[in-house]
Amino acid sequence: MTTLLIGIFLLSLLVITAVAIVRSEDLFSAVMLSGIFSLLMALNFFLLDAADVALTEAAVGAGVATVLLLAGLRLTPPREAPGRSLRALSVAVIGATALLMIYASFGQPTLGDPTAPTQQHVAPWYIEKTPELIAIPNIVTAVLSSFRGYDTLGEVFVVLTAGIGVMFLLGGGRGKPFSRLDSQAEVGLSGHLIPKVMARLLIPFILLFALFIQFHGEYSPGGGFQAGAIFVAGIILYSLVRGEGLALSVIPPRVLLLMSAGGALLFGSVGVAGMLMGGNFLEYSVLTTDPIIGQHLGIIVIELGVGLTVTGVLLSIFHAFAARD
Amino acid sequence: MNLAEHLPALQVVVPLLTAPLVILLRNGFLAWLAALVASGVSFGLAILLTQAVLGTGVPEYAVGGWQPPFGISLNVDGLSALVLLLVTGASTLGLAGGRLSLRRDIDNRRAPMFYGAWLIALAGLCGIAVAGDAFNVFVFMEISSLATYILIAAGRDRRALSAVFKYLIIGTIGATFYLIGVGFIYMMTGTLNFADMALRLGDVIETRPIIIAAGFITIGLALKAAVFPLHIWLPRAYTYAPNAVTVFIAACSTKVSIYVLLRFNYGVFHGNLLGHSDLFSVFIVPLALSGILLASAIAIYQGNIKKLLAFSSVAQIGYIALAAGLATQAGLMAAQLHMFNHALAKGTLFLCVVAFVLTTRSASITKLAGIGRRMPWTMAAFVIAGLSLIGVPGTAGFISKWYLVVAVMGVPGWGLPLVMAIIISSLMAVVYLWKFVETAYYGTPPDGDVSAMEVPLPLRALIWFAALANIYFGLAPGLPIALAESGTSTLLGGLL
Repeated sequence: MTTLLIGIFLLSLLVITAVAIVRSEDLFSAVMLSGIFSLLMALNFFLLDAADVALTEAAVGAGVATVLLLAGLRLTPPREAPGRSLRALSVAVIGATALLMIYASFGQPTLGDPTAPTQQHVAPWYIEKTPELIAIPNIVTAVLSSFRGYDTLGEVFVVLTAGIGVMFLLGGGRGKPFSRLDSQAEVGLSGHLIPKVMARLLIPFILLFALFIQFHGEYSPGGGFQAGAIFVAGIILYSLVRGEGLALSVIPPRVLLLMSAGGALLFGSVGVAGMLMGGNFLEYSVLTTDPIIGQHLGIIVIELGVGLTVTGVLLSIFHAFAARD
Repeated sequence: MNLAEHLPALQVVVPLLTAPLVILLRNGFLAWLAALVASGVSFGLAILLTQAVLGTGVPEYAVGGWQPPFGISLNVDGLSALVLLLVTGASTLGLAGGRLSLRRDIDNRRAPMFYGAWLIALAGLCGIAVAGDAFNVFVFMEISSLATYILIAAGRDRRALSAVFKYLIIGTIGATFYLIGVGFIYMMTGTLNFADMALRLGDVIETRPIIIAAGFITIGLALKAAVFPLHIWLPRAYTYAPNAVTVFIAACSTKVSIYVLLRFNYGVFHGNLLGHSDLFSVFIVPLALSGILLASAIAIYQGNIKKLLAFSSVAQIGYIALAAGLATQAGLMAAQLHMFNHALAKGTLFLCVVAFVLTTRSASITKLAGIGRRMPWTMAAFVIAGLSLIGVPGTAGFISKWYLVVAVMGVPGWGLPLVMAIIISSLMAVVYLWKFVETAYYGTPPDGDVSAMEVPLPLRALIWFAALANIYFGLAPGLPIALAESGTSTLLGGLL
């Protein structure tokens, strides 16, 4: 009952925030509201016991995405341009889509119904077989990195492609835009004492927490995606208080590119290694003589690949935006 | 490791894993060369897969060693092989023929990123064609779409950016609709595997989420396939993309969306949802017909050869959608054959445009006046591919038009009007192509210079290779017909 009430409360806030984003003409408040939207979404996921998704949404949606949008906002006027939009038509299309989805929701199984099709088919198999075949406590990690590891490889390439796109279009990665930056005296928040002191205290713990999430993903919620995003949040905080130039001298653009491409390659080469050792693509069981140890090895290495690519790409995107005037 | 066994995975893995290596290169030429080699190898793999499909068939490939529905499977049938040939062939043609043109469009510093994105787009499209899993299709759709946006945005014309933004928004809506549909189906069946879905859907037919899911998936994919009137992103995206990129995407990217549409509607829905085939036909056939007629008419009034060909593509997608919407065996045959033949003709035509623009530096038809006399070889190839687009006997286009006419004649009561529409649209194709051919042969060049100015021999040879392929598949259409027959039998497997 409490869960239900909290759920209704959170979902109502979500709707209010969404309406506020649409109605807001000030882009800064729209960006901040979208950060709040993601945070509420993360709470909703958590309420539904999807801790892994909640962690990702909080780290990427509420954290890094908001910073990236703010960095992009520096390049645009602060207010939405008065559009010549077809308001009535858009509202009609969106309304019709929403009504269809509401109509469909009347036929869906009740939330948490143990007889629902999703609980009856593949899910019990995963629950039953994970301890036996992969032997890690976090079944979500088992599904994402092994049973459906091919999808995760695809997602890593989606991230890499996004990075390539930003670097290609904004000319980051190497060359001029980055080199223009140097550690100026007054950068970002460096003139403000309280954020500076707080950030200095927090950054080591943020980075340490990222590493914990990275290497503890088999046991508790987490993995490469979340770890990468949290790591990036730490470095971005560092850039904000100490200036981009210093952040770039800690991890130079070329290294970021190597991390982005290297992580994806690392993931892919685990798959190819499986093929060379007599299994199928991404079959970790054949990597060592003991299939379970092979699974563990494969999962650790591919999660490392995911973490590297996510860190490299998100930081490259941040620098590419921040480097533009 | 036995190579033949791993073909479905290698088809995706080779271009996918070459891409990160390419972006680390610092030299534009090396990046192009690496991309060309990877794309050529993919084409070779597609040919091997095609042989396997036509021979003993390709066994299901369980990625990670996990059997479907628990793991992800790769399934290759005649239809997938046909799409793979198109995708890898168009990519190789675009890269090989686009070297000079791309060197002009993309500066050396940014070239490695560009060719990396090209390979990722190729891998994404191949990944869709081999996937046996609905969510995996979505993942690779995202990969290919994102990479395609980068390729189009690389156009020299600043308008490429606004064109690609429109494409990005519409493409994302299309992909989201698809994902919503897949989500509803997962909710009701608990599975993401196509074959398993088709089996389990029978228990939950006529439930609201499934009916809504069918709608979302069909509309989402129609958006991505640019079925009229959901095509508004296409003409500008094709026009402002670098010319070599247009060769690649115009030949295959919309066809891959049609491929998924066929997979879902025939492989999953038709056998299960009562009346789905009627609804599908009622939805798609009128749209396809208006596309065929209106887009052809709009093409006549275009002053830019790329835009003209882009509107012609919208009309041609209409033919494919019309044939697919008939929901008959003959219709499916026609749809698949036209996917193949249209890709062949459009690829050749856009490759000729690459050559024209190399010489004149403009794709405007008035600036191209007299080009037929200055570049007789390229122009002759353009005419051959144009004849194939119209559907003149002796060219590949005739074969699919013939199958199409036979298919629509089988529609009770509507046969004749549909045939009339196809004939009118073909006549309009004659008009818009003639408009360009006439200017090219009889017009006076804007600067009065009529000296011969052909592109280098390798590019000319490639253009002629593509043009002759249009004739070859017109005289000996055995391969596409065999693949389409195999594809039809798997698509209708649940029904017959």
